[in-house]
Amino acid sequence: MKGATIGISGITKSFGDFQALKGVSLDIRKGEFFSLLGPSGCGKTTLLRIIGGFEEPSSGRVEIDGEDILPLPPNMRHANTVFQNYALFPHLTVYENVAFPLRLKSIKRKSLDELVMYYLRLVELDGHAAKRPSMLSGGQKQRVAIARALINEPSVLLLDEPLSALDAKLRHHMLMELDQIHDKVGITFVYVTHDQSEALSVSDRIAVMDRGNVLQVGTPREIYESPSTTFVAQFIGETNIIDGTIESSGGRWFVVDAGGMGRVKVTDPRGYRVGDRVTLTVRPEKLRITPLGMAATEDSNSFVGTVDESVYSGFLSKYYVRLESGAVMRVFRQHGDQGEGEGLGWDDRVCVSWNPRDTFIVEGARG
Amino acid sequence: MSRKRRSASKAVFIGCMVFLFVPLAVLIFFSFNENKAPIFTQFSLVWYRKLFTESSSLWTAFFRSITIALAASATATVIGTLAAIGVHWHRFPLKTYVQAITYIPLVLPEIIIGMSLLAFFAGIRMPVFGHSLAIGIPMTLGWLTIFIAHATFCLPFAYMMVLARLDEFDSSIIEAARDLGATEVQTLLRVIIPVSKPGIISGFLTSLTLSLEDFTITYFVSGVSSTMPMVVYSQMYKGGVSPVINALSSIMILGTVVLAFLARRWLKYIAASS
Repeated sequence: MKGATIGISGITKSFGDFQALKGVSLDIRKGEFFSLLGPSGCGKTTLLRIIGGFEEPSSGRVEIDGEDILPLPPNMRHANTVFQNYALFPHLTVYENVAFPLRLKSIKRKSLDELVMYYLRLVELDGHAAKRPSMLSGGQKQRVAIARALINEPSVLLLDEPLSALDAKLRHHMLMELDQIHDKVGITFVYVTHDQSEALSVSDRIAVMDRGNVLQVGTPREIYESPSTTFVAQFIGETNIIDGTIESSGGRWFVVDAGGMGRVKVTDPRGYRVGDRVTLTVRPEKLRITPLGMAATEDSNSFVGTVDESVYSGFLSKYYVRLESGAVMRVFRQHGDQGEGEGLGWDDRVCVSWNPRDTFIVEGARG
Repeated sequence: MSRKRRSASKAVFIGCMVFLFVPLAVLIFFSFNENKAPIFTQFSLVWYRKLFTESSSLWTAFFRSITIALAASATATVIGTLAAIGVHWHRFPLKTYVQAITYIPLVLPEIIIGMSLLAFFAGIRMPVFGHSLAIGIPMTLGWLTIFIAHATFCLPFAYMMVLARLDEFDSSIIEAARDLGATEVQTLLRVIIPVSKPGIISGFLTSLTLSLEDFTITYFVSGVSSTMPMVVYSQMYKGGVSPVINALSSIMILGTVVLAFLARRWLKYIAASS
């Protein structure tokens, strides 16, 4: 069995007075690399543990390939978990840890050995088979946990922040490896993380969660480029938030009156009409920063301001520009971009501009 | 550190070693003394000969002690291990009270435990097949009551040793075992018990020692059956310990030292591998 669909509908979970999940519904596709992304306490791990069988939901339904799995104990589900702290058996060698699921069944010794060695090679640990977990590095322990979870050939692999205990460089490396393993085994991965860059770089789709709710489900591009709420916009990377009222519609765009800041052009009204109060977002790297005096094009949103602060951070520079209205806009400029903005610094008068297509309405209220 | 303070701590160290080991050395020394009184006259193996040829009542008590110790320790370790696992991993009503009362036998004076057990044994009736408890036969004091008493006071020690070991592990390995396909019984046998093995072994060895050496509690519940410590005591009461006891003690010291070293290496090996 290769990969399975997971249908989650109306899941709630309360711990005493605390509502960890407030009615979560998700459809995870067959063979997908699906991430549950959110800050700590958002309910993502609880949801994963419900799928794995370690928590019982207060209400709702979970199906794997259309079959209701909630009545089944963890050992009867075609889902295996990679635990955050690895949860390796300290009394067994690497080989026996990986062989553990097979030892529970009656499997011929020869095919058992072949399977164990296959999965140890998959995670590049065939040279460490005889070692105890206590002799392994964090990354190696993680690989053992992955091999052990895969050897049962589950149709779903649940990963609970598997990389959070590793250092930054190793984390990136392991993430790429996880992606390759996913391509090789082709089963459904459900990946829990609070790190938006991890989720963006490997997921097919992401569900962004906050306080027990799913706020948005979409591909990394959808989530990043057109976030559906202010929370999503702010959680997934840095952004600029602008409040205003839709003033007019006509021609190629809608115009939003953003108070003292001026007028901002938007292309997609997302169903809002003239008079509605809306919140806009635009990503810092979509903004262009130019010395004052260079003509801005008619089509763009452009504002005049002063550089409050500029931060050099490797491959890009971050500028914090105070507009005449007092609002501060973040602008990221990647080094290597030709010409414009080169050499700008503190207190320089600048023009900040962006394409109306890059402005999104994230929230609104009927006016 | 100054030289003065170093020499002071050295003196304390030497003092401790002297008080710990010189008495043992004296005991071994006099087991090879021909004279019955503690005055050395001539090297002799006479007490060892007497120990092996003329001391059947001593050997009876010795083997009774060993048998009771093994049985009581095994019982205490099994119950203590299961209790520790249950208390550690499961939530149940009154859990904190159960945890609290487990510690009481550790701090209660032995003489009180002995008295209460005696009162208890005197009060109950042994169930006889086909009869109700009320008309069963009275419990006679003997090896059975000693065994029950020893298993009882060893239990909290075994329980605590296993619990201390379990505290070192994350309960996620239990979840992992269940996740990987193990039933509850398989999880117990293949993960929980192997992981707690060092604690189980320490608990068993501690129980063994406590049971072998116990005098106070045993004195209350033994009836006509005597254990080793009681025989030694009664001899002293009658007017001087026979050097035969010195000979037996020497053999036991040797045996204990060998066992202790083996256990140390074994526990070290297990600790290193986990």
